[in-house]
Amino acid sequence: MKISEVPQERGIMPQDLHEVCYAVDEGGNYVLVPSAGWDPKNVANHQAWEIIQAQVADVLGDIYAGRLSPLAFHMAVNQMNIPLLSKYVRMNRWRVKRHLKPDVFKRLKSDRLKQYAEVFGITVEQLLKVPPDLTHGVKEIFNPCR
Amino acid sequence: MQIDFKHRLSAHCESGVSSNLLFHYGVDISEAMAFGIGAGLFFGYLPFIRINQLPLTTFRCEVGGILKGLTRKLGVKMHFEKFRNPQKAMAALDRSLESGTPVGCRTGAYWLPYFPSAYRFHFNMHNLVVYGKEGDDYLISDPVFPETQRCSQEDLVKSRFAQGALAPKGTMYYLTHVPKDIDLREPIYKGIQTVCRRMLKIPGPIIGVRGIRFLAGQVEKWPRKLGKRKASLYLGQLVRMQEELGTGGAGFRFMYAAFLQEAAGILNQNRLLDLSAKMTQAGDLWRSFAVIGARTCKDRATESDSSGAMADILRDCARKESEIYQELLAVVKMRRHGQ
Repeated sequence: MKISEVPQERGIMPQDLHEVCYAVDEGGNYVLVPSAGWDPKNVANHQAWEIIQAQVADVLGDIYAGRLSPLAFHMAVNQMNIPLLSKYVRMNRWRVKRHLKPDVFKRLKSDRLKQYAEVFGITVEQLLKVPPDLTHGVKEIFNPCR
Repeated sequence: MQIDFKHRLSAHCESGVSSNLLFHYGVDISEAMAFGIGAGLFFGYLPFIRINQLPLTTFRCEVGGILKGLTRKLGVKMHFEKFRNPQKAMAALDRSLESGTPVGCRTGAYWLPYFPSAYRFHFNMHNLVVYGKEGDDYLISDPVFPETQRCSQEDLVKSRFAQGALAPKGTMYYLTHVPKDIDLREPIYKGIQTVCRRMLKIPGPIIGVRGIRFLAGQVEKWPRKLGKRKASLYLGQLVRMQEELGTGGAGFRFMYAAFLQEAAGILNQNRLLDLSAKMTQAGDLWRSFAVIGARTCKDRATESDSSGAMADILRDCARKESEIYQELLAVVKMRRHGQ
């Protein structure tokens, strides 16, 4: 890759940041060159986020239908599954799984809720809430690439 | 409290941390040199390890391997510690900082507040250097960021004790002894030898040059085996592994070419210059693979962008790299015979 070929295609990288690439100058010597991003990378990253966004949308649908508790939404937004979340809250998997049931979740004591809220870095009130509807699409609710 | 630590931006976290830590102790060693001596270059297609349910492809050696290889070959002594208890882990970090020692930490990128949200995935192999503390904030030299960063105690604890695959378990390390005069020549030869042996001689189909060929066959099969949608996900993951923040481009191939070029100067070996240029060509091939891969993911593939074409590029990469490693081994061997 020559210096002139180092891509500057800003996609998911914020304005004030850049990364460095190794590229060769006219004399064939390697130098470090700043890069703002590259389209193939941006495509691949967007794809990765779209998978997570699709999961969030699925989970929200299930929550509205009363099949899952709000905990499932926060779990999906934090890219976690039951095994990972159970490690963070230091509970058994089956217990976390049970808390995904709306009826069980409703009856949870406040210290249990606090445990979950702390892991997600939110307040207990935020933990109990989910976005009201999906009419504007999941990207309005959860889009880290903005 | 703040240690006078020089922060240098680099392409990859572990080799950047290695090079910056050594620089602090007066050993001026570039990131590429650290990567080369630490024998960081690798290839492995490991479909049985899943990340987000997609197979893992790695272009570098195991986590911590660069640092270990580098310090061992240079005769640098390093203290390396894991913890169970977060309080103890933070207390040990504070003690080292008090005594004026910059400390490397392995962390989970997801919990680092200064990471842009679009890069916050559960990735537990991120290395950084802590070089000071102000109130409740730690001062952090993260080699993949242009400027130094700050991180609250709470976030750093979370990050050092991130859970999931390859959990860091509070891993921290610092250098305890750095020899006065370091001769890079022998470590360079050893580093090259390690990489070549790994790429050519590890048995089994999924590692090294054979691994690249195996991947080529898989890429060809994916659309038929998995269907279009899933094949595109597999490809996207592959492109991310190859190019994502930290490889310096083309799955570390460009960084290794830079190392070979620098090594040619130090060893006075012009053959290494040619091999560096060849490695650059291999890197360019990998890049062209990523271009087609991304086009396929986006459903903008042209007539000639078939999975067969992609597999052919990978086979080209394998052939080219195999030649490079064989010639590199010959260079190392010649030296052994005292020529």
